[in-house]
Amino acid sequence: MIAIIDYGVGNLFSLSSSLAHLGLETVVTKNAEDLNCADQIILPGVGAFADAAQKLRQSALVEPLYEQVRSGKPLLGICLGMQMLFEKSYEYGEHEGLGLIPGVVAPLKEDIPASLKVPHIGWNRLDICKKDPLLRYLSGGEYVYYVHSYYAKNCAPSVLAQSEYHVAVPGVVRNKNVWGCQFHPEKSGPVGLSILKAFSELAGGEKE
Amino acid sequence: MITKRIIPCLDVKNGRVVKGVNFEGVQDVADPVELARRYNEAGADELVFYDITASVEGRGIFTDILKKVASEIFIPLTVGGGINTLEDFDRVLKCGADKVSVNSGVLKNPDLIRQAAQRYGDQCVVFSTDVKRVGGQWHIFTRGGSQDTGIEALSWIEQGVKNGAGELVINSIDTDGVKGGFDLALLDAVAERVDVPIIASGGAGKMEDFKALFEANPKVDAGLAASIFHRGEVDIRALKEYLRGEGIEMRI
Repeated sequence: MIAIIDYGVGNLFSLSSSLAHLGLETVVTKNAEDLNCADQIILPGVGAFADAAQKLRQSALVEPLYEQVRSGKPLLGICLGMQMLFEKSYEYGEHEGLGLIPGVVAPLKEDIPASLKVPHIGWNRLDICKKDPLLRYLSGGEYVYYVHSYYAKNCAPSVLAQSEYHVAVPGVVRNKNVWGCQFHPEKSGPVGLSILKAFSELAGGEKE
Repeated sequence: MITKRIIPCLDVKNGRVVKGVNFEGVQDVADPVELARRYNEAGADELVFYDITASVEGRGIFTDILKKVASEIFIPLTVGGGINTLEDFDRVLKCGADKVSVNSGVLKNPDLIRQAAQRYGDQCVVFSTDVKRVGGQWHIFTRGGSQDTGIEALSWIEQGVKNGAGELVINSIDTDGVKGGFDLALLDAVAERVDVPIIASGGAGKMEDFKALFEANPKVDAGLAASIFHRGEVDIRALKEYLRGEGIEMRI
């Protein structure tokens, strides 16, 4: 069973439908016990970092989440959920993240020419930098759907796959049993579904 | 880099897909869920659904269709038609829409874009306009393109972007249904004023029209069409392969 953390940020309809479409059992939850029972955990999120981080803390799920991660359970952060895995975000100020992956989250617009639009929105090619069980169904060069204005930086050792948008935008990251996807696998057609399927097949203590 | 997008548009009335020529003579084409499935398999980059029913009952049928589509098709879905309030945003987002398209709702409540962008984020708000030349200017039209509001289009569109619209659908009434190509002059004029993604609509008749669109203006991100896809005059897969062969980045 996959637990999707519901902390009042964003719409979980597509994510839960995509997992259901794959025939996977899911629970959308605010409950620490569900995290404990789950085989894998997904941290979703859209919107603003500060607001989401605050809501996650208010949900009292941060400590249980740390505990599950320490136990080796696979965690996948999606979009803003991925950004929250890092140490810090510079979205409107400076905000503390979960610190599960070394690196920071910074505004794209400061690092790309003004001719490129922000948000980075649309289908972009995903180039694989490192083989990984999460990407086992991909051959590299597939297209995935991004919608974001901030991106992960100073995290090179964790990057599994990236997309080019003047800068290399980390698309998939990993630190031990914690993975993150900047794009939306639940909106990336069959390619995205294959990533979710691979995630559901990960077991605790997966080796790098 | 980001690909250009090919977007089929499904106008839904009483549970069926319809698309008129020049907005008149609406003709039944197919079942929306079946059509959405077909487009998804053919490689459509996104789907746009417009609810053109006026009745409450029709609205319920529409949201049921939307839910069905969103539970089996996992590409971005944009929904428009009858979006006048934040409650309307809420209603379609809960049924699986990713982006919500506002059009005449902004005429009724000019603050709608700002309110929606604040609550759901810029990326969620698509500002759609029906534009037609009147004298030496472009005007915003309403009521399915039949009524001139007298509003100068370029300033109206620019204001919508300032208010937080994350994306634009620019539908040219002059070229819509004519199949003589997109309205490149209008799109150029819009692109000069704004820097959010622009989806061009109205006028596609053949594959070459999409090539001309993307080559004419690098700031246009997507081409939207309805009847040529519904009637099978242009096949989405063949179109994307053709465009890729012409050097335009496409997701295939």
